[in-house]
Parts: sequence; C-alpha cells; structure tokens
Amino acid sequence: MKSSFRKAGEFAIEKLILLSGIASIVFVALIFIFLLQEGVAVLKHTSLGAFLGGKFWYPISNPARLGILPLILGSLLVTAGAIVIAVPLGIAAAFYIAEVAPRKLRAVLKSCVEVLAAIPSVVLGFLGIALLVPFLKRFLGLPTGLTAFAGSLMLAFMALPTIITISEDAINAVPREYKEGAIALGATHWQTLVRVIIHGALPGIIAASMLGIGRVIGETMAVMMVTGNAAVIPETLFAPVRTLTATIAAEMGEAAKGTPHYFALFAIGIVLFVISFAINLTADLFLHRGKKR
Amino acid sequence: MTAGRPKISVQDLAVSYGRVQALKGLSIDILENEILTIIGPSNSGKTSFLRCLNRMIDLDLQARVNGSIRLGETDIRRGLTPEDLRKRVGMIFALPIPLPLSIRDNITYGPRMSGLRDKAGLERIVEESLRAAYVWDEIKDRLEQPALKLSGGQQQRLCIARTLALDPEVILFDEPTSGLDPISTAKVEEAMRELRKTRTIVLVTNNTKQAARVGIRTAFFLMGEMVELGPTEDIFTAPRDQRTEDYVVGRFG
Amino acid sequence: MRNEGLKEKMGFGVLFLATLVVVVPVLSIVVLILVKGWGALSWKFLFTMPLDGMRAGGIFPAIVGTFYLVLVSIAFSLPIGVMAAIYLSEYARDNALTRTINLAIINLAGVSSVVYGLFGLSLFVVFLKFGVSIVAGALTLGIMTLPVIITSTREALRAVPQSYREVSRSLGASRWQTVRHTVLPRALPGILTGAILSVGRVAGETAPILFTVAAFYLPKLPTSLSDQAMALPYHLYVITTQIPGIPEGYRYGTALVLIGLVLVMNIAASVLRSKYRKKR
Repeated sequence: MKSSFRKAGEFAIEKLILLSGIASIVFVALIFIFLLQEGVAVLKHTSLGAFLGGKFWYPISNPARLGILPLILGSLLVTAGAIVIAVPLGIAAAFYIAEVAPRKLRAVLKSCVEVLAAIPSVVLGFLGIALLVPFLKRFLGLPTGLTAFAGSLMLAFMALPTIITISEDAINAVPREYKEGAIALGATHWQTLVRVIIHGALPGIIAASMLGIGRVIGETMAVMMVTGNAAVIPETLFAPVRTLTATIAAEMGEAAKGTPHYFALFAIGIVLFVISFAINLTADLFLHRGKKR
Repeated sequence: MTAGRPKISVQDLAVSYGRVQALKGLSIDILENEILTIIGPSNSGKTSFLRCLNRMIDLDLQARVNGSIRLGETDIRRGLTPEDLRKRVGMIFALPIPLPLSIRDNITYGPRMSGLRDKAGLERIVEESLRAAYVWDEIKDRLEQPALKLSGGQQQRLCIARTLALDPEVILFDEPTSGLDPISTAKVEEAMRELRKTRTIVLVTNNTKQAARVGIRTAFFLMGEMVELGPTEDIFTAPRDQRTEDYVVGRFG
Repeated sequence: MRNEGLKEKMGFGVLFLATLVVVVPVLSIVVLILVKGWGALSWKFLFTMPLDGMRAGGIFPAIVGTFYLVLVSIAFSLPIGVMAAIYLSEYARDNALTRTINLAIINLAGVSSVVYGLFGLSLFVVFLKFGVSIVAGALTLGIMTLPVIITSTREALRAVPQSYREVSRSLGASRWQTVRHTVLPRALPGILTGAILSVGRVAGETAPILFTVAAFYLPKLPTSLSDQAMALPYHLYVITTQIPGIPEGYRYGTALVLIGLVLVMNIAASVLRSKYRKKR
C-alpha cells in the first residue's frame, strides 16, 4: 500500500531530523577532540605551567621556548582596551537607539549597526593598515603605528554591534509598565532611563558585554594586521604586541606538522576554545536570568 | 428522533496537568447519531474531555491521561494511530482557523494528507463538503481565493466543510459559534442538526440557550466532574442536582 | 525642576554623541571604499587573471574561488541547519538533551574563526585526507555558519502560529506532514533570509580558510572539489600585507568587491525580511 511506503519515508526523515539536531553537539565535541589531539602533545616538550606562564615565545629556536604568557597578555591588553572603549559607547548608543531616537532615525541607525556587523574582519584590517596605523604614528609620534592601541580600536569597533543589539534587546524587554509607572510618579524620561530601565536591563547588558568580549577575544584578521608582530610582554598600550589568535594565523603556515611549534599552536587553540566556552556559558546564564525576571 | 447504540464509550477518564486535576474519573457513553451537548462554567474540564476523544490532548506535553476510551469496539489508544483516529473523529475549534491556503486547498488538505491524489475525486469532495456545511452557494465561484478573505461565519463553515471532507463518523465542536454573528450561528446549528442524521455530534458550549436548542442529551460538567447527564429537556426543566439547576438558571456561570 | 530638564538634555546629548561616534565611521568606511575602489573596477579587473605578481590584471580567480566556497558550504550547512532547527522547534522536548544542543549551538557560534581554521586543518585536511582543498575549506565554513542558519530558521518556524499545527494534526496529518505541508512553507522566507545572511558571512571569512583551502596564487581556475582555490578575503589580506608595490586603487577595488558582495547579501536579506513581515 502506498501508505506503508509513505510511513517508511517519514520514519527515515524523522531520524535524519533527530541526527541533525544532535549534529551541533557532535561538531563541538569534534572541535574539542581534534584540538586536543594535536595540542596535548605540546606537553611532551614543556610543562603546563611553563607553557601558560613562560615569558618567552621562541617557537623556532632550538630548543623551542614555548611560553605563551606574552601572547596571553597581548590578547588581554588589546581586549581590555577594546572593552573600555566599546562597552560604554555601545551601551550609550543602545540606549539612544532604543529609547531616545525618533522612529525613522531608529531604523536608519539599526541599519548602520547591521552594516557594521557585516563588514568582514579583513576589510577592517585593510583600512586599519592603510589609514589608522599611519595616522597613529603621526598623531602620537610613535616609531610605528602597529600597536596594541590600534588593535583595541579595531576590536572595539567590531564588538560594538554585538553589544549594541543585545543591550537593545534587553532594554526593549523591560516591561513597559515599569517605565510608565515611573513616569506616572513624576520622573522625567532621563531619570526613568537611569533608575528603572538600567536596573531592569542590567543582566542583558552584562550578557551583551560578555558576548562582545567573547567576540573580540576570538578576532583574528583585523587585529593581526594592525598590532605588529612582537611576541613579547607588552609594556605599554602603544607598542606592538601579539595576540593568541594572530599567533596561530601568522605562524601556522611555517610550522611543520609534528613539530613542537605545530603542537603549541594547537595548544593555543585549546586555550582560546576554553576561554570562549567559559565566556559564552556565563553570558548565556546572564541572558536567562534577565529573561526570567 | 432517538439515538442508537454507544458510538464512543468512556471509562474512568481522568486528566491532570501537573498537580491540577482537570477531569476526575469520568464515565459516559456517547450514543450514535445523537447530539450530546456539554455545558458548564470555564475550567470545568469540558475542553479537556473533548480533546481526549480525538487524542488532541496528546499534543499537550504536560497532560496526563488515564482511563479508557473506545470508538466502537476499538480502544483509541491501543488499537488505532492518532492520525487514523482523527480522520474518524473530527474537530471544529472555537475560533475559525483557516489554513493559509486557498479555499479548495483547505478542504482537500485532509484527504491529501491521507494520500488521495485523484483530482476528480478531490473536486467532488470539495463540492459535497461545502454543500453539507451550508456554504457552497456563497463561495463556489471563489475556490481559488485565499480562505483568509472570507468572513468569520464563512470561515467557520469552511472549517466544518474541511472536517467533513474526511467523512468522519464523529464531529467534536468546541464552542464553535462563540465568535460568530447570529445568522452564522443559526447556519452552524442547522448544519449540526442535519449532520447528526449520518454522524455523531458532541458539542461543548458556554451558551446554555444553544444547548437547549440543539442538544438531544445534555451533560453538565463542574470542576472536572460530570454532575448530571440526561435528555436536554430534563436538564433544563427538571434537573435532579441542585448545582445543575443553579447553573442552568444562571445563579453562576 | 529646571535642573532635571537640563540634566535630561545633557544626558540625551551624550547618548546621541555616542551613537554618532559609532555610526559616522561606519558610513565613512563604506563611502571611502566606494570612492577609492570604484575607479579600479573594470571588466578586466573582475574577469581576468592576475598578472605581474598580482600587481596588475584582475581578481577573477579569487571571485570564482569565493563563489565555489559559498556554494559548497551552504549546500552542506543549509539542509543540516534547517533540519536541526526543525528538530528543536517541532520535535524536541524540554529535557537535558535539548539544553545540551542549545548550549552546543551557542558554543559553535562563539568559537574563534582561527580555531575553526585549526579544526578544519586537523579534521578535513589531515585526518580525512582531503588535503588543502575547496571541500575542506567549505566544510569548515559550513560548520562555522551552522549556528546562524539554525537560529534564523528556528525563529522563522516559531513565527508560524501554533493554531495551524493544531488544525493540521486534527485533520489526521502526522507531525512530519504538518511540518512539510503547513509549517515549512510559511517559514520559507525567514529561512531564506538566514541563508542569505550566511552567504555574506562565508564570503568574508579569512581565518578558517587560511590553512584549509586558500592559495596564494593559482595559475588556473579550480576545477574540482579537491583543488585549492584563491578567495576574495584571503586575496585582500595577501595584497595588503605580503606584496609591496600594489597600486592603492587595486587594493581598494578588491575591498570594494568583497564588501559589495557582503552588503548586497545583507540588503537582500533585509528586503526579504521586511516583505515577509508585511505579508503577515
């Protein structure tokens, strides 16, 4: 009967659907496993402590020195700079767009933020090298414009759409009754904004900032193109640095398979994976706390 | 105009959602070719009961159902797939819900899902169902148009036609005229009277006057229990239970 | 009272300034690339091979390579992503498995692009022995883009009213029939929007293709999935950082083609999205 044919087809497709559902878990597991497979081998050449805390990254010298502390600090410095710039700016812009901007302007502004989010990292890096880096060199009188600061500026720019859109969602999710209640009690729009809405949107705003940080730590191309090439512990914001991501991108081409250098780059990958996992987990918890309220 | 043998036999039916008991052990025989109306205040379990009869309650993941229901000789949980059951026991919802398709495609949806492909056969079903729902003359020239363009009353009759396209033995009506104007309501009630000659009708309604007009037997539900069941005239003129009288008279509602 | 009014004006002013600081650079970037790159665009630039160490000629192979990468990666991730979203929206219950899947999706979305590159290298290039090839790069990009497709499809499915599903089931349709004949058709515009956005993302990514497919220079166009390929974002990176003496217009032209492609995709997705919303 036709119907048993149909039933068999339906059974097959429902199984495919289930498999696709599980696929995400499988892929995350695969990423972790394959990173681990190559990265863990670095421990044959150095201890975990020396890897994470070692101050010298000379992977091609003999014997290789595989300390990623300068890279960690490089990433931290550039990220910290980016966050200091992007979080206040992004939250302020989110408030403006969500609460203050007239409706037509709001649509235009949201489109601009979407465009910003869409710009590929390599294009921003290109403009960074072409314009920002020479500008910094001249304007700040530096030996080179390839600095952590340039990286922070680029990354701040790239984190903004994430921070703005998620903060905007959080602000819009604050029940209108809170706002109307405050205004009915005589508060101005500004006061309402500051007291009531921030309070209601806070978990979402924190999540937005964390997701912005997560996005920024994982950024590769733009930051690689403007931060210079110095894998040393940074002393100031205005000197070249190296981030974890840029190291992998820049050196993978030269690291022969099976060398300590190769394993070390994978180990850096594991570090990045763990960091983004932790950040996303925490940010997600904040997002859910915000929604439950 | 009496009704016949039991069409659906319900035995000790109980439904709970978490800690809330919506139905507390209900037994009833629904007779062939009758119109059974179920009245009672909100949250008395009427809709939960109805949704058990065609296993639509299975779609509520929170619902726990106990007890047995037989359609004829067959246990509807063990002897029948939900899909086959629902082709024999159709349902009309409170708000008309036309699918976002043409009128024709709405009517032929059920038969097509059953595997019917024959175009001539489908066309015949479209006309027969729309006639039986008392709406053929009004829309026979518009079968290609989106069903959403019809008026509320026409949409509800379309939904009846859609269900009739599967030729069900039982039709469940869940407050079908609550959103309709009096003329459309009258047409739906007329359809019910006509349909019961060949099928069995169960009608849940908040409108006691409708129950009095249409029902052959009436059951009064209160807080998950069936308080009283009997010929409609008796329920409304000489109820045995005080609670029934209070509700029917309008002391609470 | 006047004090409060002044405070409010200043406060709003600050917010407005912040927004300007965000928005003005964006517009400037787009305008700048357009202005400086437009001059380089020509038939020759777009459709011929590079010459003289890429300082002259055209960027055709990079465009072709990007095209192939997008095609293959979407062919991989669209079916899987849509089916995964169908699972989450229509079949999944509220249990530990579902929560884990959601967590996995969030994580896939957060993994650094260069880590995807490492993953692609070790799984597709080395372990599965695909070598540095279009298929390795496209699969890597496909996995990277999966969360985007799943999320936008899931939203599109959620937007279909639950009452339609009820009606369909009450007419004797099975769960899958309901999805296929009632839910999916309604959700299609939203799904398409997500797919178009993915195309934009895939076209612009560099790090995942660095070690999995990208070639510095190929004399011939790729002809099979196991060939290496050039790609627009990688090409831009190379001519910006590795090769001296490239005319500025050439660089801006490449950037313009890339950003143009991405923005066209975004605009198409936006238009589709607003038409879809109006219809409902």
